[in-house]
Amino acid sequence: MSTLLEALMNRPYKHGFFTEIEADVVPKGLSEDVIRLISAKKREPEFMLEWRLKAYRHWLTTTEPNWATVRHPPIDYQEIAYYSAPKSKNGGPKSLDEVDPELLKTYEKLGVPLRERELLAGVAVDAVFDSVSVATTFKEQLSKLGIIFCSFSEAVQQHPELVQPYLGSVVPYTDNFFATLNSAVFSDGSFCYIPPGVRCPMELSTYFRINAKDTGQFERTLIIADKGAYVSYLEGCTAPMRDENQLHAAVVELVALEGAQIKYSTVQNWYPGDKEGKGGIYNFVTKRGDCREANSKISWTQVETGSAITWKYPSVVLQGDNAVGEFYSVALTNHYQQADTGTKMTHLGKNTRSTILSKGIAAGHGQNAYRGLVKVAKSAVGARNYTQCDSLLLGDKCAAHTFPYIEVKNATAKVEHEASTSRIGEDQLFYCMQRGLSSEDAVSMIVNGFCKEVFKELPMEFAVEAQKLLGVSLEGSIG
Amino acid sequence: MLEIKNLHVSVDGKPILRGVDLRVAAGEVHAIMGPNGSGKSTLAHVLAGREPFRVTAGEVTYEGRNLLDMAPEERAREGVFLAFQYPVEIPGVSNIYLLKAALNAIRKHRGEPELDAIEFLARIKDKLKKMDMDQVLLNRAVNEGFSGGEKKRNEILQMAVLEPKLAVLDETDSGLDIDALKVVADGVNAMRGPERAIILVTHYQRLLNYVVPDLVHVLTHGRIAKSGGPELAQDLERRGYAWVDAETVASASAAESA
Repeated sequence: MSTLLEALMNRPYKHGFFTEIEADVVPKGLSEDVIRLISAKKREPEFMLEWRLKAYRHWLTTTEPNWATVRHPPIDYQEIAYYSAPKSKNGGPKSLDEVDPELLKTYEKLGVPLRERELLAGVAVDAVFDSVSVATTFKEQLSKLGIIFCSFSEAVQQHPELVQPYLGSVVPYTDNFFATLNSAVFSDGSFCYIPPGVRCPMELSTYFRINAKDTGQFERTLIIADKGAYVSYLEGCTAPMRDENQLHAAVVELVALEGAQIKYSTVQNWYPGDKEGKGGIYNFVTKRGDCREANSKISWTQVETGSAITWKYPSVVLQGDNAVGEFYSVALTNHYQQADTGTKMTHLGKNTRSTILSKGIAAGHGQNAYRGLVKVAKSAVGARNYTQCDSLLLGDKCAAHTFPYIEVKNATAKVEHEASTSRIGEDQLFYCMQRGLSSEDAVSMIVNGFCKEVFKELPMEFAVEAQKLLGVSLEGSIG
Repeated sequence: MLEIKNLHVSVDGKPILRGVDLRVAAGEVHAIMGPNGSGKSTLAHVLAGREPFRVTAGEVTYEGRNLLDMAPEERAREGVFLAFQYPVEIPGVSNIYLLKAALNAIRKHRGEPELDAIEFLARIKDKLKKMDMDQVLLNRAVNEGFSGGEKKRNEILQMAVLEPKLAVLDETDSGLDIDALKVVADGVNAMRGPERAIILVTHYQRLLNYVVPDLVHVLTHGRIAKSGGPELAQDLERRGYAWVDAETVASASAAESA
């Protein structure tokens, strides 16, 4: 049975192809000149360049964090190209018809047929290829409701009055080493603004793709839900297979004003490296939401199956009274993948509530850590938190770690924490196989059962994708 | 349907079965009885293909094929069913999901169209009633939080839905109260038919009052020491297993001295 599962586990990464496309790449290395060049290429207003330079100067004074359980050789930040864009004639494409057909084919292969999505699925998609956004669908229909959904570059040019006050208001450029680097060099990403009282009628979605070699991807997403607005946002990611590690340092900022709700779902499937641990994406991401006003709600759901290393803590700052923060996570590490992921819930407002549900799955030599902080400030009268962390081990060479930190400064707060670790049983597998299921289906069924509480938080379309992805990522997981 | 010849099996180098011979024809119900540690459950698991058991000698033929060459899921799809003594819990996977996946895996193997949720539900409802089970149990996670009796009934329900050719019930009667025992026995009796063979592995004669076997075998020290009709089970109930042992030893030494 073990050998069978091992064979299963070693199924190749499906999105590992490379698209031959002519790219406009800035030479490797980082300096003020490179930042000026990126800013100029993007025809940014002055405030943007100033902000980038401030971030860069601050970055020079910071050092890489080393408190996570992850291990990797030092990253040479001068060996990375900070900007790569598919070459296009006369500026950016105005509609899908102007997008390079090679690019559209790439997204088709990835299961993101932009054109069909636009017509059938009713999911508005922004696709980011290396450093720039290549296409945003459904823009017109959305704009009728006053919703702005576009690439970050476009937002900087067209809506500076929205970008400037909110940019860095949740994750300041001084936040941490990787967020600071991103602030200096970010090249694109998605921007979304939902006006007061508007419920966004469709899922908004961004699809990220790293294609070029030796480049990093530094995208930035900013979502603002104005008073009483609602939006559900999806994010997916893939990259070609390469022997070198590639850096992905993104920043996501969410702002929920009074009574607003933001639901942010991620299915992360960056290239995880091969089964010996060679190559793969370093996914060092800062994601934070700010429930800035009363009765607002931010909910993070993530399914992390890719990347060589994941370092990511989607968090919520609960400033407004009665604000609600949620974090639902499935993180899977197979082969030599490492994940150090979790969340921070910072309770500042009265009667703020947070829920954390984390499911970690480790297989092969995978290392999986949950790291979380629940912080209840003195002002947070009646705050409540419930945390549940479950780990599932497949095989005996993997490891799961749990680091829950709790800081409570208000005696009326109620904080609960539950944790469990279990091993996928040969007896469970045998039971399913005795009923006629293949070992592959049995593992995938058992693991999906383990993750069920998180998957039910995902939008339907994503839930199906996540389940399939989990099946693929786990192949051969019992050693 | 099933022919076991001189089967030797060991676990961690320790011999458990030491030359089992058994023939089971379609339409028959066989009971395999024996004291604790005699190898009854090992035999049941070997037939289903459980891995840690190593077959060191002998052969098992199922419908003319070498059963030992078949993977566990292939055996299942070819109609071998094991009702587990300790059914496992699978959190987050609903009972109905597993059952439907199992039935469809088997149907696909047979070249039959897979059933959709509605067809499946229609098929299962009637069987559920026969097993005196609440439909709510279908939507609960597999065996999670089930009582001992519910777990065993669930095994029989699975058997009824999957309609195997060869059903091996491993101590399905243990831990059941008398009412549950009757329900389980009714379930097993309903499965009896000319196309199907059933092997009941049991420690006690109790179940055999309700499911009357065609043949009873006594397994001790890894061998079938004695076979007979249903009356053998009654004898065992009255006299225990020791006398069979004594007989075996006597005949073995007689054979040696001869």
